[in-house]
Amino acid sequence: MPLTSTEISSPGMTINMGPQHPSTHGVLRLLVELDGEVVHSCRPVIGYLHRGLEKMFEARPYRQCIPFTDRLDYLAALNNNLAISQAVERVGNIAVPDRAQYIRVMLCEMNRIASHLVFIGTYATDIGATTVFLYAFRDREKMLDLLEMMTGARLTYNWIRPGGVPTDLPEGFEKAVRSVFEELKVTLDENNRLLTGNRIFRVRTEGIGVISKEHAIAWGATGPVIRGSGVPYDIRKIAPYEVYDRLDFDVPVFDQGDCMARYLVRIEEIRQSMRIVEQCFKDMPEGEIMTKMPKIFRPPAGQAYSRTESPRGELSFFMVSDGSLNPVRVHVRAPSFIHLSMLPDLLKGVKVADVIAILGSLDTVLGEVDR
Amino acid sequence: MSVRVYTSSKSYRAGQFFGGLIVSLIIIAVASLLPLLPWYKLNPVLDFIGLHPWLNAFLKAFVVVNFVALHVLFLIWLERKFAGWMQARLGPKHVGWQGLGQTLADAIKLFLKEDIVPAKADRQLFAIAPFLSFMPTLLTFMVLPFSAAWIAYDYDLGALFVVAVSTNVALGVLAAGWGANNKYSILGGARAVAQLLSYEIPMVMMILAVVTLSDTMSMKQIVLRQAHMWNIVAYWPVMIPAFLIFLTCALAELNRTPFDLPEAESELVSGFHTEYSGMRFAFFYLAEFANNFFSAGFAVTLFFGGWYGPILPPVVWFTLKTLILICVMMWIRWTLPRLRIDQVMGFCWKVLVPISLVIYCITALIALK
Repeated sequence: MPLTSTEISSPGMTINMGPQHPSTHGVLRLLVELDGEVVHSCRPVIGYLHRGLEKMFEARPYRQCIPFTDRLDYLAALNNNLAISQAVERVGNIAVPDRAQYIRVMLCEMNRIASHLVFIGTYATDIGATTVFLYAFRDREKMLDLLEMMTGARLTYNWIRPGGVPTDLPEGFEKAVRSVFEELKVTLDENNRLLTGNRIFRVRTEGIGVISKEHAIAWGATGPVIRGSGVPYDIRKIAPYEVYDRLDFDVPVFDQGDCMARYLVRIEEIRQSMRIVEQCFKDMPEGEIMTKMPKIFRPPAGQAYSRTESPRGELSFFMVSDGSLNPVRVHVRAPSFIHLSMLPDLLKGVKVADVIAILGSLDTVLGEVDR
Repeated sequence: MSVRVYTSSKSYRAGQFFGGLIVSLIIIAVASLLPLLPWYKLNPVLDFIGLHPWLNAFLKAFVVVNFVALHVLFLIWLERKFAGWMQARLGPKHVGWQGLGQTLADAIKLFLKEDIVPAKADRQLFAIAPFLSFMPTLLTFMVLPFSAAWIAYDYDLGALFVVAVSTNVALGVLAAGWGANNKYSILGGARAVAQLLSYEIPMVMMILAVVTLSDTMSMKQIVLRQAHMWNIVAYWPVMIPAFLIFLTCALAELNRTPFDLPEAESELVSGFHTEYSGMRFAFFYLAEFANNFFSAGFAVTLFFGGWYGPILPPVVWFTLKTLILICVMMWIRWTLPRLRIDQVMGFCWKVLVPISLVIYCITALIALK
């Protein structure tokens, strides 16, 4: 039977956005109740990508957990590697050589750039500007080429591991990075001219999905989301790990709390990340890149919590050891999961088009949400 | 381990730009010569057939339909190529020279595809909707003056005919949205009707402005009045804003970015044609691109002196101007993001309608003098 007129005019038209939908960025399902074009309520349904990773960690020796973390936030796999490696190092009291720390920070920042470039591209497509998508992915391609040069992989690196990094920088790496950054600086400006200043893009994002400072804190938002709401909260500054305390960089903060502010935070973070990478090249000492680790790694009983700043926010690993080969419990504090839980409140009363704009601006990755 | 180091891409870009320019010039030239061929051969036949009203009508319809179908094939290719060049990629490349046969291959694929009708769809409405959307577009080609001689039917009320007929596209879109029994479709259909009907108003105002200046509704006469000077040049203070409003409305009527809300991919999957596949889907595409050509051609007729131009034959001039306008539309499409529905409607009723009323009043004063 075709829809009758009462069904259409009634406020309860429910739309299932996803799990197969072009703009839910993965297998997210949004149960959206519409009154015409206005959203009455929205309920995110997650779990389509659940693999039980936290449980799987418990059945693996510590070092075999690393490849799984690549599949959490697959747009910034190196940042996940770093987070779990830090947790393992803390639980096992392992010190990491300086040079390895610099290499780690450098790679994580490069992955952050790649991840934010994906955000720019997909967000522009969400708003309807398809060309920016291709431009952003062209730039991301160059970043991935660099990471491939370093790690041999393009998406799931499995690279940073407890104790350091497995290999040193390849020959000509610095030169390649510099030339890519030179181009990236140009194309970022190009993107700014094409998209950021665009009047249509601005009316679609300014004042949309506003998260107030208090709400952002109350919800536990982190990363670009909370920095877009005027809170200078960055783990790299407030609880520096690796060598971030020796590096000079700014934390971009915007006060508006809308989609535009979150977008601008990420654009600015790309520039800051480039700054960090360039400093890493300058400051990097010679020396070891890997601590001597026992073949069979048994950390003492205890627990550790590592906090890192992933491109999406505060990514933390809680790890409990009972002195055996495998961890007893691993918990992942995934920023995307927490941001996604803000969605029902954010989407109340907005238009259908804004659903996509707001969801996109949170930049969630479902691999991290479902785990 | 190696990395492709991207050196400064200035020369690369220049090469891409000039290569693209040359290719597009060749294509435009070839495309504009295309309609010339059959007509010269057919002329004596035409004289004979012209005496028989039914044969005459049939032949004209035949030519119009085939012209539309062939031109759409070309336009889809051009759009994809154009998008490719804008997006720093190559576009269709493998089927035929520079991928010219790609659309044909796609069309064949669509022909062979299973024609799926959703189980709970309104079958009749679902089946007829693509044709409801295509027919008005086809009808408008009847009065499109390619040259003084090459106009299928020089109707006295040509401009009115276009306005009256082309509005019916909304009917087909609504039928598609309703008939598919899909919530995305119905949202798309509802958006389309609201948008198409609203933007019709400033558009008609601007057509009316030209009609008032030309003192005629016949498409042919409108062009003949511009024999010495294009409208947009002769009455530039009113006609330049009028053309800009007309172009904006045309984009809205064509569901093209920034007004592509009825088929907004990131929100409504594909809007009103979400459930369509195979030939019926192809008909929506056909309608969209035919409409694109017509809108550009109509703008050329109203503002840019139709077929008038030096050296080249009139038909070539008309096609050339139309293609340039189409390229402008593509350029806009692949540059801009999409507006939200309330912004689209607000822009129409709060900005375009008042401005178009003012422009029309000024035009009327000029015409009175």
